Amino acid sequence: MSAPEHSTGSELDPANGFENPGLGEHRPRKADIDDKADKKAERQTAALFGISIVGTIIALVAYFTLNDADPGDIAQIRQVNMWIGIGIFLAMIGIGLGAIHWAKTLMRDHEMVEDRHELRSSDEAREGAIQNLKDGVEDSGLGGPKRRSVLKGSLITALAVAPLAVLVPQIGNMGSDWNISKFRHTLWGPGVRLARDPDGALIKAADVTIGSVFHVIPDGLNDLDHHHLISEKAKAVVLLVRLDPADLKVQEGREDWSFDGIVAYSKICTHVGCPVALYEQQTHHLLCPCHQSTFDVSDGCKVVFGPAKRPLPQLPIAVDDEGYIVAQADFDEPIGPSYWDRLKGGDDTTAEEVSH
Amino acid sequence: MGTKLNSAAAGTANYVDERTSIGGFVKFFARKLFPDHWSFMLGEIALYSFIVLLLSGVFLTAFFVPSMTEVHYEGPFETMHGVAMTEAFASTLKTSFEVPGGLLIRQIHHWAALLFLAAIMTHMCRVFFTGAFRKPRELNWLVGFTLMILGLAAGFSGYSLPDDVLSGNGLRIIDGVVKSIPLIGSYISYWMFGGEYPGVDIIPRLFTMHILLVPGLILALIALHLFLVFLHKHTQYPGGGKSHKNVVGLPLFPVYTAKAGGFFFVVFGIIALVASVFTINPVWNYGPYDPSPVSAGTQPDWYILFVDGALRLMPGWIAGVFPLEWELWGYTLSWNILIPAVIVPGIFFAIIALYPWLEAWATGDKGERHVLDRPRNVPVRTGIGVAMISFYVILVIEGSNDIVANLFHLSLNDITIFFQWGIFIIPPLAFWITKRICLGLQRKDRELVLHGHETGTIVRYDHGEYVEVHRPLDEQEVWLRVSYDNHKPLEIEPELNDHGVARKGYRWDRFKQRLSRFYFEERVEPVTPEELEEARHHHDSHGAHEAAEAEESGERLDSEWEELEDGAKR
Repeated sequence: MSAPEHSTGSELDPANGFENPGLGEHRPRKADIDDKADKKAERQTAALFGISIVGTIIALVAYFTLNDADPGDIAQIRQVNMWIGIGIFLAMIGIGLGAIHWAKTLMRDHEMVEDRHELRSSDEAREGAIQNLKDGVEDSGLGGPKRRSVLKGSLITALAVAPLAVLVPQIGNMGSDWNISKFRHTLWGPGVRLARDPDGALIKAADVTIGSVFHVIPDGLNDLDHHHLISEKAKAVVLLVRLDPADLKVQEGREDWSFDGIVAYSKICTHVGCPVALYEQQTHHLLCPCHQSTFDVSDGCKVVFGPAKRPLPQLPIAVDDEGYIVAQADFDEPIGPSYWDRLKGGDDTTAEEVSH
Repeated sequence: MGTKLNSAAAGTANYVDERTSIGGFVKFFARKLFPDHWSFMLGEIALYSFIVLLLSGVFLTAFFVPSMTEVHYEGPFETMHGVAMTEAFASTLKTSFEVPGGLLIRQIHHWAALLFLAAIMTHMCRVFFTGAFRKPRELNWLVGFTLMILGLAAGFSGYSLPDDVLSGNGLRIIDGVVKSIPLIGSYISYWMFGGEYPGVDIIPRLFTMHILLVPGLILALIALHLFLVFLHKHTQYPGGGKSHKNVVGLPLFPVYTAKAGGFFFVVFGIIALVASVFTINPVWNYGPYDPSPVSAGTQPDWYILFVDGALRLMPGWIAGVFPLEWELWGYTLSWNILIPAVIVPGIFFAIIALYPWLEAWATGDKGERHVLDRPRNVPVRTGIGVAMISFYVILVIEGSNDIVANLFHLSLNDITIFFQWGIFIIPPLAFWITKRICLGLQRKDRELVLHGHETGTIVRYDHGEYVEVHRPLDEQEVWLRVSYDNHKPLEIEPELNDHGVARKGYRWDRFKQRLSRFYFEERVEPVTPEELEEARHHHDSHGAHEAAEAEESGERLDSEWEELEDGAKR
């Protein structure tokens, strides 16, 4: 390492025919030549460190004195947090700015020059490395006249398959029962009543006025334990809307799936599965806030905009003897996002078996 | 006292050195030189926010319960009384409202995570635009790239832990994306969630990933990243006295110990300030996860916006007639999800990761490059960088298009349609404009070198002509503008050798040549010494003379002015 006052540039490579002029002239700072400026910089640095000490005191005082607040008082909690935070801020920034100010005003700022060395190892070192490896191969018995291909092959094979012994049982257990046909069944089935989300109150057809929208869960969902409740709810949530029957374009083959303008559709987006929760009353459009797939409720929930391709699955509904809205059956297709074998039946479990 | 302390220090140093030979390391490291430039601090910000993440994260693990067991909230936050939630969410509320300073540390952790990724990405941009990824640093570029991906994984896994409505919907989107993968998608979803979404396993699993697996890998790679920085010695900006064979800077001890060490405290302090005055992710307002509700204007953390934006941008139908979800032989292939969430990010990241090799093929450069490029001097690279950024920014804006629509009173659908076209048009346009600007700046540099600075001094010839006096550049200014690598398109050997036989590797060479032409066909050559000589001669015969005259007259005016002033004083 060397620190020439002014590199002459003679050992520096030229570029495009020009000589490298060497380092520019070094200009001393004020503190380098003026003793007063030097003292001033020292005082400033010390003051910054002092600010840090004050900050630490603020944080500690805030912690011990502001803390007897009534728990649950959000405003008070915020106060404590804010003052501790400001204390930490000062405690940290004081040290930081102090150290930087010190470095910039009082420490060396005259640049030094150091040579770089090519990263490539010397030829000697490379030859040595190769020789060592050759010797090692020889010592292992793989190098000589005997090729020992069986030994090599068996080792490689063993190493390649050994991870399976560890990974297969581990990964095998992570997917529970791997029964992906559960995707196609929900809690809905013949006669299951529609209930309000989240309180579970049953819905009578008479309660549903034109233009109103209900967030719906299957009756009985709330009786499940938490784990099943969440997983089942993730599939079973439905939106119930009543349109003026004149506005409703009834889909072919689904003439009896609605009741007097009341239609029910899965709330789970056919794109990537967000709840399609925003209903625009004027346009009869349902909007998914995640990626803005837009579905037309008056026209079979077909996609009118956005990244979804398929309409939302429709839940066939009817009204029972007591006037409650009930499902006629489960959805006739898997709800939610598409997956590879969505259209394949491939399972023999019935809806009842899965849901109980 | 002083001598006692000194001898104690010497004793300790001796004790440690005799057992570790640490003396050699200290000799090697203490006075190692680092060049100085503000842009070299960007990587430091990333490192320091990671340290803040570790410190605050340890505190959070003391209170967070990574469990999906159901509890009914009975804590002090009244609006949540009796609400069913997982222990993960309940313990997040507890950390926020019952642990003094707990909310602050949560916010420090979250803000530090946002800063961590922002710093990584700006640091990557700096490295990209200055060509700091060139030999011998290609491998370290890959290490840094992997750190960015791990940073995304750390961010996303942590974001999901409180098990609130917003993050739960985020997980559901991931589930939907995973399910779209052909053949095995549904099984990957089962593997991740321990059965059907959401199940009861995902929070504990993400927790292990977030506090052990990912940070462990990040730490190991940061160590490797910094080791390579030390091994390679830092790059430096061009200028007099700098070359590919030296490093010009200030020593690690004491200058950078103070500057970089101090900068850690600055970063920590600013994160603490932001965290104490700006609320972030108030999960108590969102509520615990429930698969049913979702509100408008829900955004993920900023670094995930690009994926969300891509998902929003991709139409399910092209022009309403051509579906992007195919049903082939009874199997479903969801291009509308695969393209934006898997294929496009995959290609985008692959280009970033492999870029150093791409450019090395074009330049054919085999030497070590330690002096950085000025972005203007590599117009095509700079153009590619700006095009990539504009592509990314479009996705980010599209990812918050509902907010943008609200803010600027625009139609949400129009924004999406605009960007559906824009994503194809804007990046190439950005490339072209950037390249033109770079070439323009290079021509400006030539102009400056040849004709000097405008001085604003106008002189009049005897015959009445007015000219402006130009001041020639000093040697430092000239060197900065003429010393760059002047790459030309590769020359390759012909396809057939003397015997008319096609040679091996010709097609590969031809590919590299085409790439090279794309990069360097259109270029501005640096001024040659001959051109400079000629220009100076030209100026001397005209300009220098006038300059001298102008200076003379300037001096004369000055002295007259002084005389007048003196007279006024008297």
